[in-house]
Amino acid sequence: MDDRLIQLIVDEVVRQLGRGVGATPADTVPEAEPLDITSPEARAASLLADPASPDALERMRKRTTARIGVGRAGPRLNTRTMLTLRADHAQARDAVFSTIDPKFIESLGLMTVRTMCADKQTFITRPDLGRRLSPESEKLILEKCVHDPDVQIYAADGLSTTAIRANLDRILPILIETLTSSGLKVGTPFYMEYGRVAAEDRVAELLGAKVVCVLIGERPGLATASSMSAYIAYNAHVGMPEARRTVVSNIHKDGLNAIEAGAYIAEVIKKIYEQKASGIELVK
Amino acid sequence: MKLRTTLAGRSFTFHSIKEVLAKANEEKSGDILAGIAAQSDLERIAAKEVLSRLLVEDLCENPVVPYEDDEVTRMNQDSLDREVYGSIRRMSIAELREYILSYAAGEPELRRLSRGLTAEVVAGVCKLMGNLDLVYAANKVRVTATCNTTIGLRGTLATRLQPNHPTDNVEGITASLFEGLSYGCGDALLGLNPVNDTVAALAEVLKRFDEVKRRFEIPTQICVLGHITTQIEAVKRGAPCDMIFQSIAGSQKGNTEFGFSSDTVREAMALLKQRGTAKGPDVMYFETGQGSELSSDAHYGADQVTMEARCYAFAREFHPFMVNTVVGFIGPEYLYDSRQVIRAGLEDHFMAKLSGVPMGCDCCYTNHMQADQNDVENLSMLLGCCGANYILGVPTGDDVMLNYQTNAYHDVGAIRETLGLRPLPEFEKWLEKMGIMENGRLTPRAGDPTLFTAMRG
Repeated sequence: MDDRLIQLIVDEVVRQLGRGVGATPADTVPEAEPLDITSPEARAASLLADPASPDALERMRKRTTARIGVGRAGPRLNTRTMLTLRADHAQARDAVFSTIDPKFIESLGLMTVRTMCADKQTFITRPDLGRRLSPESEKLILEKCVHDPDVQIYAADGLSTTAIRANLDRILPILIETLTSSGLKVGTPFYMEYGRVAAEDRVAELLGAKVVCVLIGERPGLATASSMSAYIAYNAHVGMPEARRTVVSNIHKDGLNAIEAGAYIAEVIKKIYEQKASGIELVK
Repeated sequence: MKLRTTLAGRSFTFHSIKEVLAKANEEKSGDILAGIAAQSDLERIAAKEVLSRLLVEDLCENPVVPYEDDEVTRMNQDSLDREVYGSIRRMSIAELREYILSYAAGEPELRRLSRGLTAEVVAGVCKLMGNLDLVYAANKVRVTATCNTTIGLRGTLATRLQPNHPTDNVEGITASLFEGLSYGCGDALLGLNPVNDTVAALAEVLKRFDEVKRRFEIPTQICVLGHITTQIEAVKRGAPCDMIFQSIAGSQKGNTEFGFSSDTVREAMALLKQRGTAKGPDVMYFETGQGSELSSDAHYGADQVTMEARCYAFAREFHPFMVNTVVGFIGPEYLYDSRQVIRAGLEDHFMAKLSGVPMGCDCCYTNHMQADQNDVENLSMLLGCCGANYILGVPTGDDVMLNYQTNAYHDVGAIRETLGLRPLPEFEKWLEKMGIMENGRLTPRAGDPTLFTAMRG
């Protein structure tokens, strides 16, 4: 955290210096780069011309993340507002429907397994199939993974591959390291394609894991497409009540960042392991 | 009653009316998920052909959930107008469809007809309707209801203003509320979906809505859409409230899963009559949506259109002020893409009108569906053509609490102008008084939420 803060300060100082010192006269400035309409600076600007009270509008816009004070063209949205919305939706759709580069998964030293879903469309429309592993994947897991671990951790795409790309390489090492150094037997991590949360119940059964934890992409909103959650259960089995899962959600750069989340989830898992209970049965 | 047919040289046999109803549906991912959809396009049309020859009494006498097991079926059957039913029971579903579309069936005839139809008959005829049939037939009928104002008048299109906030911050909610009012939204309802379903949270927002409504003398309704039992408790403790809301299902089991029964609704109505802030008499608000019964395993093997029709049979018993399907919210496992969502929106609106329910629509989608804002705009224009009572309005269409998209505050004005529709009359007068609307169009002042902060009303 400290390093990041220092870096931010350094960047800001450099930026301010650049602005003041050696600034060129306006008529010789090369044409500015077009504004990224999805950037925080662009979003901060109100497009409403001549509000009755500019101060009140500023106060109102600070109190909600809803897009207000946006102005209009006739009865309709301004072009920039419309395009920003479409850009946010495009990011959300890409998060859901894009697949992940196998090289990224390999670079993390993970093998890939699959559920009963043959493709994205099946995954989207058949939640039941996304909870069951393919026979080949079950075989692969049994062959390649450590059996009877105290904790089995794995990742699944769920409804956002963007969440995997944005968070997995940072959350996984700290999580595994913290748990291992606490003396827990941590199983072999892997990546599951077309996975729903409840597939973790079958994983726990197969490997005889005491605690199972899936790091999974959440359904994206327009505000963020890269949110990940961890669903953790003690002694999970197929058909167990949903209320027995412990959830850590909102893992993304503007929420709980991946490094902090990794450390926090490790603490939660230790507690679950010690209490032999999860979800509503866990004493906080 | 023959449940078989030959089509293009192939013979098709069905084993129950429930199976015919399911397979006669237009394609829906939810029916496929339930394992009850037609196996091929030809089988779908075969089921429609068989359905077209069934009689009204065949469907009426074979409800998809047994009378003995289910209060929705009992309410539907017991409240049937026997005289109207007697006059149509021997009609085939094909004849019923043609009657509804005919020039002989005007608004009074169709309103009378609705009293003799069970949900299964309403769903059955819907399955034989094309999309334009659904629009044309629905547009013949208006269903009005009165709370503080009257909704559903011909020539009007109202909106529920939905100023949701990710943490229920009252000032943030008020900011969104002012933005929406400045665009001419809010004549059906100022209605929030709370994050926190607690009596204190509901009461705080209701109090603010009531203050705004009184201070600016807005002719409209207020409601905070917590669970029905939380709302009842809030009203008992003195929170101002015009209307009580609940999500409903087409079976008693589904309603039990939602945590209420018909007795809870009766309790809410009695309470509002005594302590509510509205004139009434119509003080309930219900939401529905195809697939909700399947998602709680309360569908009894029936298809999602038939279960949806049963929601309206339940709703009409309580004379709601407003009902809407939240048509794209449930997700792609029930309605896969915009084609299915648009079809479902038109079906739900038609079936509600034919059931005598004052119907609106939350035209919406989630980000894991094959749909986008263009589809929401299409559906809302179609519903404007249908004479729907209302659509929704949220800032730019992006709901920051429910994480889905619906109509923007910027939509209803354009739809009203395009189709020659107006806000509810009292509300339009109020908009004119506030300088937001003139001759059915937004004024230069419109779209400025600080109109309401600058003026200490």
